[in-house]
Amino acid sequence: MARYSGLARAALVAVGRAAPAVLSIGTLLLIWELYARFADIAPTTLPAPSRVVTQAWEHRQTLLDNTVPTLIATLAGFCCSLFAAFGFSVLIDFSTPLRRALLPVFIISQTLPLVAIAPLIVLWFGFGLTPKIMLVALVTFFPMLVALVQGYAAADSDIEALLASMGAGRRRIFTLVRLPTSLPYFFAGLRISITYAVVGAIFAEYAGAAKGLGIYILNSKNNFRPDLVLAAVLVSASLTLLLFGATVLVQRAATPWARLGEGRQP
Amino acid sequence: MSSNRLELNQVRKCFGELEVLGDVSLTVRKGEFVSILGPSGAGKSTIFKLLTGPLAPDGGTISFDGQPLSPSRKPFAFMPQHDALMPWRRIIDNTTLGLEVQGMSRTEARRRVTPLFPEFGLQGFEQHWPAQLSGGMRQRAALLRTIVQQRDMLLLDEPFGALDALTRAGMQRWLQSMWARHNWTTLLITHDVREAVFLSDRIYVLTDRPAGVLIERSVSLPRPRLDLVTAEASAIEAELLHILLNSKAEPRTPSCSTAVV
Repeated sequence: MARYSGLARAALVAVGRAAPAVLSIGTLLLIWELYARFADIAPTTLPAPSRVVTQAWEHRQTLLDNTVPTLIATLAGFCCSLFAAFGFSVLIDFSTPLRRALLPVFIISQTLPLVAIAPLIVLWFGFGLTPKIMLVALVTFFPMLVALVQGYAAADSDIEALLASMGAGRRRIFTLVRLPTSLPYFFAGLRISITYAVVGAIFAEYAGAAKGLGIYILNSKNNFRPDLVLAAVLVSASLTLLLFGATVLVQRAATPWARLGEGRQP
Repeated sequence: MSSNRLELNQVRKCFGELEVLGDVSLTVRKGEFVSILGPSGAGKSTIFKLLTGPLAPDGGTISFDGQPLSPSRKPFAFMPQHDALMPWRRIIDNTTLGLEVQGMSRTEARRRVTPLFPEFGLQGFEQHWPAQLSGGMRQRAALLRTIVQQRDMLLLDEPFGALDALTRAGMQRWLQSMWARHNWTTLLITHDVREAVFLSDRIYVLTDRPAGVLIERSVSLPRPRLDLVTAEASAIEAELLHILLNSKAEPRTPSCSTAVV
């Protein structure tokens, strides 16, 4: 019985925390809905939220067909980016010449305007999965790399000196100290990256693809269906939120010590 | 009289033009507890860096059991100023760290360390995270991590400096009793005069930078020592404090200079 009441209390606390956000978002939607209904605006210009939802439900099969390729491109691109970021971060940490050679390249890669790059990559690699993966990787790689490199540098020099006194070499010190120290930093970078990932995939599709939310948005816009554009936006936003939530869960599982309050964390 | 284990002979160390160690000579015999006492920033920790780290002295010699130090030979177990526990490792896995670095498997290392937990007042806390322990407990865990390495000599760098006064006094008594039981050969760095008098067989008082040995004082108080403050201890403490406060490094010709051509 006590367990039930504990659960109930936890649920109440969760509802209490979520209430302000629900209220603010609900208010915004309500204003939008009322404005669209009573200001006499054509649904081809500004559809009401209720229309977006009903149209999304009506076109659910097409939406789903176009969501799957986007999700696959997002996840594949993100995985590539993750491995690349980790690999390069290790290289950069171990070698100063490599750091000096590679970091400028990565920084320049972040200055490229996606609007210009996306069509070029599609031109070079076609309408398949490859250009999408490349664009997702391009936008998600840098925040993770920077977070990892910064995390390694945040390692406690006292602990490193201690390990050296125990006879540990450079690689041992990296795996025992620098890598675990970087975990909270890495997850901070991961959270930033994951919010770019879906948008990156949609951008690639927008520049040209056989299927996907990006091309669906483009077609809907050309057919004067802003309600379907917004329905696709709704789907993409939900995808991003789901992925974001997943990273939070992974972080909690991976860094159980970090929730102890007093734990030294950034 | 037992022979010298550690012997520093006229050791000098410079960082660029800054002379940190001027002329440091000291010895530690087997089973002896020796303290280095000096003001903060006097270069005390540099001595430990020469012993444990990649630093080499710019002059003088360091030998252990009559042999010069070499990178392959590590006779020292080092306890740094802050406990330096890894927040992502449970207490038991923090204490096994040195054994793991030596190549022992985690299971074997845990088996070796577990029986020592009661003596260190850590029984029942094996699976806790460091953030869940009090300052004194963290320091005991750090000392446990140091001694399980079973090196020939302990180097303690102001181990209780970060603790509050009461906890520190308790830890000093506890360390004294532990030392009396195990006879670890120990070199302690401290700026706490009372701590040095209470724990040591001999004390080297260092001058301010560049550090050199001002005096060497043996402490012949009977052991086991139970009270931190006794009349004899206080007399020695007053004497050392007087020396520390009235010492002035005699001007020396600077012997560290970056070669400019």
